[in-house]
Amino acid sequence: MKELQGWKDIPIGTAIIEAGSSIKYLTGGWRDNRPEHNKDKCTNCLLCWVYCPEGAIIVKDDQVTGINYDYCKGCGICSAECPPKVKAITMVKEPKLM
Amino acid sequence: MARLAALTGNNAAAEAIRQIKPDVFAAYPITPQTEMAEEVAQFVADGILDTEYIPVESEHSSMSACIGASLAGARAMTATASCGLAYMWELLPIAASLRSSVVMAVVNRAFNAPLNIHCSHDDSMGARDSGWIQLYSENAQEMYDNLIQAVKIAEDETVRLPVMVCMDGFIISHAVERLLLLEDKKVKNFLGEFKPAYPLLEVNNPVTLGACALPDYYTEHKKQHSEALRHSIDKIMGVANEYAKLSGRSYSLFESYQLADAEYGIVILNSAAGVTKAVVDKLRKEGVKAGLLKIRVYRPFPAAQIVQALKNLKVVAVLERTDSFGGVGSPVFTDISAAFMEASTKEKPLMVNYVYGLGGRDVGLEDIGKVYANLQAINQRGKIEKSFAYLQARE
Ligand code: SF4
Ligand code: SF4
Repeated sequence: MKELQGWKDIPIGTAIIEAGSSIKYLTGGWRDNRPEHNKDKCTNCLLCWVYCPEGAIIVKDDQVTGINYDYCKGCGICSAECPPKVKAITMVKEPKLM
Repeated sequence: MARLAALTGNNAAAEAIRQIKPDVFAAYPITPQTEMAEEVAQFVADGILDTEYIPVESEHSSMSACIGASLAGARAMTATASCGLAYMWELLPIAASLRSSVVMAVVNRAFNAPLNIHCSHDDSMGARDSGWIQLYSENAQEMYDNLIQAVKIAEDETVRLPVMVCMDGFIISHAVERLLLLEDKKVKNFLGEFKPAYPLLEVNNPVTLGACALPDYYTEHKKQHSEALRHSIDKIMGVANEYAKLSGRSYSLFESYQLADAEYGIVILNSAAGVTKAVVDKLRKEGVKAGLLKIRVYRPFPAAQIVQALKNLKVVAVLERTDSFGGVGSPVFTDISAAFMEASTKEKPLMVNYVYGLGGRDVGLEDIGKVYANLQAINQRGKIEKSFAYLQARE
C-alpha cells in the first residue's frame, strides 16, 4: 500500500493540485457484491455503461467486454439497469477476506 | 494626511471597506449591521467603489459567495450580526479549512429568544471554534483599524485564514464618534495585491478544493488548519507593528490598562472596556490598584501572554456579554482558566466570571464599581464563594 502523507506534506486548504488524481483511488476496495457479466446473454444495449457511476463497464468496439474491478464499487446499478428480459449482470457476494 | 471624521461604527466600517476595496462584497442586511451593508451598496451605486456587490438572498449565500470568490482569487468581504451569523454557521468552518481569506465584519447582537436586536456577544462567541481568527474592537476607531489589518492578516501567505472583526451592536455601530482615517492610497499600498495559494480560475493549473477526505486524511487536514491558526499570532503582531508605523496607532494581542502593578483586574472585550477604564481611573485616585485587560485577539487565544499579564494580580473578574449555558463559565473565563492550568507558573489570581450587558443592558460606572468592590471583598475573605454569576439580573 502507498505510504500516507503527513500534515506538513499535503497542500494547504484541502487542495488537490494534481489533475485527474482520482484515478489513483481504487474504489474497488469498497465492493461487497461483485457484478458478473454474461457475454452470451448480453445484447450490448450499453445501458449498464450509461448508468455505471464509476465508468467501470469496459466497452470495446461497441461491445461490453467486462468489468474493471479496480474501480467497480459494487453498487449494483448495472445489474438493476440491465433489461429484465436480458439479465446479463448478476451480483455475487464477494468472498469474505477475514 | 490623516482625515478627522465623525462617524458611527457602521459608517467607519463602511469607510474601511471602501478603502480596502474588496473585489466582491456579498451581504444580506440585518440589524444592527444594515447601515454598513447599505452604505457599501451606495458606494458601489455611486461609482465610488469598484466592487462586485452581490445582493444575496441569505447569509448562507453571502458566505458561500465569499468563499468561492476568495478561493478564485478575489478579495472578498461580508458583514453580518446575530441570527445572520448563525445562518451562515455551516459555511464558517468551510471558509476556514479551505483557507480562504474572507474578512467579515460582525456587529455583535444577541441571539433570540426573546427577540432582541441589541448587543450580546452570543454570535461571535458561538463561532469561536469555527477556525477563524477573531478580532474585537472597543470603538469605531478600533473597528476601522482592525478591519484594515484583518485583510492584511487574512491574505498573508503564512496565514491564509478568514478573519472576523467584531464591534458592539448599537453601542458602537450606531453611535457617532470622532476618529482618524487614513488616506485611500496608504491603505491601498499597505494591503497590496491578494495572491491566493491555488486560484480556482487558473486554468493552466487546475485544482480541486474541498473534495472528500476520509478517515485516512481528514485528521491531517484539521491538524494543518489548527497549526496555521495557532501560528497566525506572530503575523497578527507583525501586521500590528506595520500598521502602527502607518497610522501611529499601536495594537497588540490585548490592551493592558494600569495592569502592570494592579491587584484587582477586569478582563473584558469590546465597548464596555471604555466604562471600565473610567472606573479604573477613579479607583486609582482613591488608591485602589485596579487594572483592566481588554482582549483584542480572541482566536488564536494568546494563552501564555494572558497568563503572564494576570498571574501577579490578587483577584480577577472576567466579564462576558454571553453565557455558555451549562458550562463551567462563559467562554473567555473557561479559556483563561485552562491557560492557567496549562501554564507552569505557580502564581495565579483568584478568578470569578460575571455575565453582564445581555441584550444591550447598559453597563454603567456603578456596575463596574460593584465588580471591583466584589474583588476587594473576595481578597479580604481569601476565597471565592460563587465563581459564576449574572451581574445585573434582578432577583
Ligand atoms: S456494480 Fe456499480 S460500479 Fe460496479 S460496474 Fe456495476 S454499476 Fe459500475
Ligand atoms: S445492460 Fe445488460 S444487456 Fe445491456 S449492455 Fe449492459 S449487460 Fe449487456
